[in-house]
Amino acid sequence: MRLDSTFAALADPTRRAILARLALGEATVLELAKPFEMSQPAISRHIKVLEAAGLITRRVEGSKRPCKLARKGIDEIDQFLGMLRDALSRNYERLDQVLAEMKTERDKP
Amino acid sequence: MSKLTMKTEGDTHIVVTRHFAASPEAIYRAHLEPEIVQKWLLGPEGWTMPVCNIDARPGGKFRYEWFNSSKNQGFHLTGEFVELQPHSKIVHVERMFLPNQTPDNHVETSFIPDGAGTLMTIRMTVPDAKTRAAMLATGMEHGMEASYVRLEGVI
Repeated sequence: MRLDSTFAALADPTRRAILARLALGEATVLELAKPFEMSQPAISRHIKVLEAAGLITRRVEGSKRPCKLARKGIDEIDQFLGMLRDALSRNYERLDQVLAEMKTERDKP
Repeated sequence: MSKLTMKTEGDTHIVVTRHFAASPEAIYRAHLEPEIVQKWLLGPEGWTMPVCNIDARPGGKFRYEWFNSSKNQGFHLTGEFVELQPHSKIVHVERMFLPNQTPDNHVETSFIPDGAGTLMTIRMTVPDAKTRAAMLATGMEHGMEASYVRLEGVI
């Protein structure tokens, strides 16, 4: 069951941290292992669990197999960015108005 | 119509730019004077900022409190100024309380004369996955210079 394995994969703090790192972009096992006091094989095991759960995908690049977030994770980022962009755009439209008012105020005789 | 741009810088930063038809001085003031900030730093419709305290000097603290009366929901943000270069640059650290505290974000905002107006550039830290999830879950979509990410390059 995919759903069960997803939840099991997310239950581990190291695996959640790996996903947080991958939310920033693709990374190799070596890069993923860096922030943890763990051996590379131990990190590799966590990565296998994440991959089996469909949370990450890997591709082959020479001798490396960099990992990245699967669609599910990416959708979350998409949603987040869309939300932020909307909120920012509204803020700055309001700021345009405020700046125009400041200018009118200053230009008053 | 001024358009917002967002792009990534490395793995952990995103950069937002926006042009304004006003002087760097006016935009700098609009970021530091509470009575001006309260007029625009509100995110989506429905939110107000009843509390806005800003001690605009290096090491000075600031606190913004937002409230949505139809949701009867609120949250706040605190921060400290690291560097203030009048009319050209603001460097600060901030974190939100949603209500759980989010990781600190380091934000640099610069204002550069651009034609008859100003180009504002914000460089900020990408929030971690947990923080993003918290922000989405609480539905507190606001547009502070807190924690923005960019798509292209991330994926």
